[in-house]
Order: sequence, then C-alpha cells, then structure tokens
Amino acid sequence: MTDTHADYRLSQLDQLEAESIHIFREVAAEFEKPVLMFSGGKDSIVMLRLAEKAFYPAKIPFPVLQVDTGLDFPEVLATRDNWVNRLGVNLVVASIDDAIANGVVVDDGKTSRNRLQIGTLLNAIEENGFTAAFGGGRRDEEKARAKERVYSHRDEFGQWDPKNQRPELWSLYNGRLHAGEHMRIFPISNWTELDIWDYIGREGIEIPQIYFSHQRRVFERDGMLMSETPLNPLRPGEVVEERTVRFRTCGDITLTGCVESTASTVDEIIDEISIATLTERGATRGDDRFSEAAMEDRKKEGYF
Amino acid sequence: MSTVKSNQMDLLRFATAGSVDDGKSTLIGRLLLDSKSIFADQLEAVESTSKSKGYDYTDLALLTDGLRSEREQGITIDVAYRYFATPNRKFIIADTPGHVQYTRNMVTGASTADLGLVLVDARQGLTEQSRRHAVILSLLRVPHLVLAVNKMDLVDYSQEVYDKIHNEFTQFATKLNIPDLEVIPISALAGDNVVNRSENMSWYSGPTLMHHLENVHVASDRDLIDARFPVQYVVRPKSDEFHDYRGYAGMVAGGVLKPGDEVVVLPSGMTSKISKIDLFDKEVTEAFPPMSVTVHLEDDVDVSRGDMIARVKNAPQPSQDIDAMICWMTTAPLKPRQKLAIKHTTRTARALVKDIQYRLDVNTLHRDQETKELGVNEIGRVQLRTTVPLLCDPYSQNRTTGSFILIDEATGVTVGAGMITSSS
Repeated sequence: MTDTHADYRLSQLDQLEAESIHIFREVAAEFEKPVLMFSGGKDSIVMLRLAEKAFYPAKIPFPVLQVDTGLDFPEVLATRDNWVNRLGVNLVVASIDDAIANGVVVDDGKTSRNRLQIGTLLNAIEENGFTAAFGGGRRDEEKARAKERVYSHRDEFGQWDPKNQRPELWSLYNGRLHAGEHMRIFPISNWTELDIWDYIGREGIEIPQIYFSHQRRVFERDGMLMSETPLNPLRPGEVVEERTVRFRTCGDITLTGCVESTASTVDEIIDEISIATLTERGATRGDDRFSEAAMEDRKKEGYF
Repeated sequence: MSTVKSNQMDLLRFATAGSVDDGKSTLIGRLLLDSKSIFADQLEAVESTSKSKGYDYTDLALLTDGLRSEREQGITIDVAYRYFATPNRKFIIADTPGHVQYTRNMVTGASTADLGLVLVDARQGLTEQSRRHAVILSLLRVPHLVLAVNKMDLVDYSQEVYDKIHNEFTQFATKLNIPDLEVIPISALAGDNVVNRSENMSWYSGPTLMHHLENVHVASDRDLIDARFPVQYVVRPKSDEFHDYRGYAGMVAGGVLKPGDEVVVLPSGMTSKISKIDLFDKEVTEAFPPMSVTVHLEDDVDVSRGDMIARVKNAPQPSQDIDAMICWMTTAPLKPRQKLAIKHTTRTARALVKDIQYRLDVNTLHRDQETKELGVNEIGRVQLRTTVPLLCDPYSQNRTTGSFILIDEATGVTVGAGMITSSS
C-alpha cells in the first residue's frame, strides 16, 4: 500500500490530477456519447493519461477522435498509435481531405488547414452524434481561453458565445443540452505548461519524439524555424540548413515552427521553459500570430 | 538552474474583486509581471496597444482584458482565470468584475476560492462596492480575506489614511463571517508592498501582499472530521482480469476515509466496511479531500451514482426540505412555486420554490421581507422542497456538500447558486 501524506496535504499537481479525474468521471456519468479530441500533442496525451486513471481498471468508456490534417508529423501519428493500442480505445479519424472531397469544407487555396479543421471536426461530431468532446485547452495559453468554462456549451452550429456562458460554480458542472448541441469539456483548464511537463516527467508519459532535441533540416520563415518538407515548398530566398531543434507544440507541419534547443529530457525542457521569454504559442504557432483576437475568433467558430 | 517542481508546490486559489478604477487589473498585471509569469510577447502586445492608445505608460490592465468586447468597453465582464507560481506555491486567480450587475460572476469566482482579495482606492476609502465584496466573500465562506488599500502613492503614503480605512473595515467585518483578515497598504502602479517591501511606508510592519499570499495557511480550512464521499461513478471493468471488480469512484468531500472504516450508504442506510481504496493502480491507506479515489466495500450492497458514503455515527440527514441562501443569476426573477432542476454533489433532482423568506441587501445587510421574488444578481433566503432527499450539510460546515446549483429545465442554463443554511 502507498502511504498518503501524513499532514493531509496534496501537492498542487495531485490536486490538479484529482480535479481532472473528477471531470472525466462526471462527463462519463452524465453524457450519452462523449469523445476525446486527440491532437497528438502533449496536452491531449496528458488528457489520455488522466482518462486512463479515472476509469482504471476499466477501459476508457469513450472513443478518441483525431482530425487528420494530412500535414501531421509522422512522429505524432506513431505516438498516437502506441497510446491507442496500449489503452485499447477506439480511434475515430476525421480526415480533412475526405471533408474537402465530400464538400464538407471548401479548400479555396487561401484558407489554412488549421481553419479547415474546424468544419471537419464539427462535421465529425455531428455525424457521430457526440454530445461531449474533451479538449486539451488550458486557460493559461491565451487571453481568450482565460474565460472559457470547464464545460463549454456549443450551439447547433458548434459555436461558442463568450458573452453568454453558463456560470460555473464549485465543482458542480451543468451538462444540460438541447438536441443538436454539444459540450466542449476542458479537463485540464487549470494546468499550466509547466504543470504538464512536470506531470509528463513524474508519470513517465510517452510523448512524440519531436518535443525533444534532435537534428533537423529547417529554414527560417517569418522569424520562425520551419521543418523542411515537400508539404511546405520553399519560397525564394529561403535557405535550408541543419540545426539542433525541438518543437514546443505539435500542429500542422507547415505552420508549426521549432526552436533551437539542446533539451533532450523532460527535466532539461522544464529548465528551458522556466527561463523562456515567449509563450509556446507566440513563439512557434503561425496560426495564432495573425491578430490579438485570432484565438477568440477561431474559438467562436468551433475550434478546439 | 534548479526549479522547485510543481510536484511539491501547494495551491492557493484566490478571487479578486474590484473595478478597473480600483486598479485591480493593474495589480494582477503587477503580480504576474513581478513573479515573471508574463512572457515577452504578451508584454510587447500590451506595450504596443498602450502606445497606440496614446498612453505614456504601459497599461498593465491590458494584460488581463480577455474578450474583445471587454477591451472595447474597458471593463471586465466575466470571470477570468489566471495562473502564476512562486517557488513554493501555485496560484489560481479568479478575476471577477466588481460592479453590482455582475454579482453573479463574483459569486462564481468566490465559490472555489481559499482567499478573497478586495481592493479599495485609498483616496475614496471604503465604498458601498467594497463592503458588498466583503459581504459576498463572507456569504461564500471564503476563509481568508485581504483588503488591499491601493493607490497609497496618491495619498502621500499616509498612515492616517490607512488607519482610517483599516478601522472602518474591521468594524464592518465584525458583522460578517471572516475568520482571517489582513489589511495591506499598496500601490499596484508603483509596486509598493506588492512583491517588494515599500520604502515609502516604514510605519507599516505587516507582510507584503505576495508574502501573505505565499504564506497564508490553507490546509486546515478543510473539514477532516466528517467523512463525506459522494459516489460519482461505478467502476466495473467486466474484463477477465478484473472480473469481480466493483469500485465506487468519487472525490472525497470531507473527512478521512480508511480501509476498515464502518460506513453507511445513503440514502438506503445500508452499512458495510471499506475493504480498500484505490488510487489508479495502487491502494492507499487513507483518502481525504480533494482526492479522487475508488472505494470498495466488503459487502455487496446496492450503491449507485448520487449515493453518499459516510461514517455510521456521523452521516448527513437525508432531507427534502432545504433552506438556503440563493444567488439568482438570470434576468427572469425567481418566484415562489417555480420548479427547477437542482444539482447537489453527484445527485440531480427537481426542486420547488416553497417560499422566498427575504432578499438580502448586499450593501447594507438589510433583510427585505416584503419582496417575494429575487431578481438577477440578487441574493436571498429561500425554502425549497426537492423530489428526492438530498444528502447535505450546512454550507458553513462543508462547502461541497452544502452547495448546489439550480438549472432552468427549459433552457438548460444555470440560473442559481445555493448555499444550504439548514435542512429538515
């Protein structure tokens, strides 16, 4: 048996874990058809780990949904498969290419894949009749997210109305829905980037290799280091060179930049981000840099 | 470089109340900035916005105004959650708007807070608004209160001004339920006594705001005596390996649970013993708030979601008649005979409003017994009758088993927050 703490204190990380597990169980008990939105990034992997703990030794009682952008890092897909196989959960893949082919979303050549994810995701939620979708959003990520509820209500169009959110008190979550609506659930709302890393280290959680320092052929674009890939043709003047880098987020390979880093363990990453001067999104996500309200706009439309 | 891991840090959740005029956003910006929780790109965005608005200083308040409509109007409308950490403690701020029309948002922010931070402008002294904030924090049983007397730089760091506000507030607080009060003179703009001790107020010997936030003792605020375990979910793997596994999952709401404890399952009244307690794949010798665990009983009794496990000689009385203070949160008023859904711990039922006994004026504490309804943002004492018994305690004894929300059955919206005063 494990001795618990003699002074009846829980560390903040244990408190966050307990809160997240409580949210997972609450949703599994109250919603007909939940799903966990899995991006392959560290936050959604931590979510999977928490879901595993919440229902152990039973299997996670809902499937995992991934939007296949066609532009995912191969390392991320490999990690996804390892997790899905180990936990024995169902994987539902919603492909942007299929969505374009079926006319669900329109690729006008100007819209980023990130934006096309929204329609693809909403369509997958509707088609499968999911009533609750877990997302790995954290409130510390961005100003618009600071006001997001743990249970975030979406109307029939999948939209978020930031001015008309339900009050959320104590740990009493209100999961009432009308037909056609769904709830986004953010079980790691109160975790910070540092908490995520500490937890990954403590639990020995498998995450995609691209988070750790490695050699990669990269080029500079808009002040960010981008991965060389046939999916992202070079523009005039861009020069490819090999650097020692790692990624701080796992997004679309054509938009997600890396940073020069020699951090090859979780501890080294924690040391690195403790003195980092840019938020993880500001540093390396082209999709968030367009305007101060970029995230709020995408969230209203139904982004993760 | 060595960092203290969040593995060892503890947690303080605090709620701030005040308006932009009190310097609340500036103070939060200052806490984030001085604890190095602001990143360069966030600061740059704020600096460029300040410049484009023609300010000659960096408006730290811009760091916290999240939604576009709020930025346009220059006010905080909704509760925003913010995070920072010092080496030994992580902080979650529920940043709430101060105006009376947003009382419900302040109630929301206070519901999970260990500490409430009320700001006053030293030039204005105590206002109706600051008294209201203290009343709400007291109603929500937030155990620690800090009154930050801000803008001391604008009153020449005068001890007289501070003493006057301090005395006036202490006197007012005797009418409230505030177990722990600290009054701190600060200047959020200049940084006095926020993180660094002020050189301008040698007459003040108390802690700086940050020092107090870092050291205030919150572990003993929980109830470790009265065991309360609302059953949230029944874990039944139905696999070959765990064929007979049947565990009751939930978050401990009070007391300490141990294997061997004689327990009663409510509302059925069946008794049994705890055989073991699981935390994921390990057994633990004790479970206490706010741990999420899975409890096993020796006997095969019927237990399902919404039930509660408590000690045989210390269990809440199942009750369908509830007296509670209710904060009403929607435009259409609460009226007698109204029917609503009620969610209390893991139990959902329906409730009928039997009587509205009085409306509390949160500015004066006056009890208005004439009005027989509660408007939006109003708080009053209400009698409810529920369709099934609730397994509840007074809110003053347990903030988890003493609280509930009311839901409009037609719209599905959360319309009320309740704190149980008594049940029978």
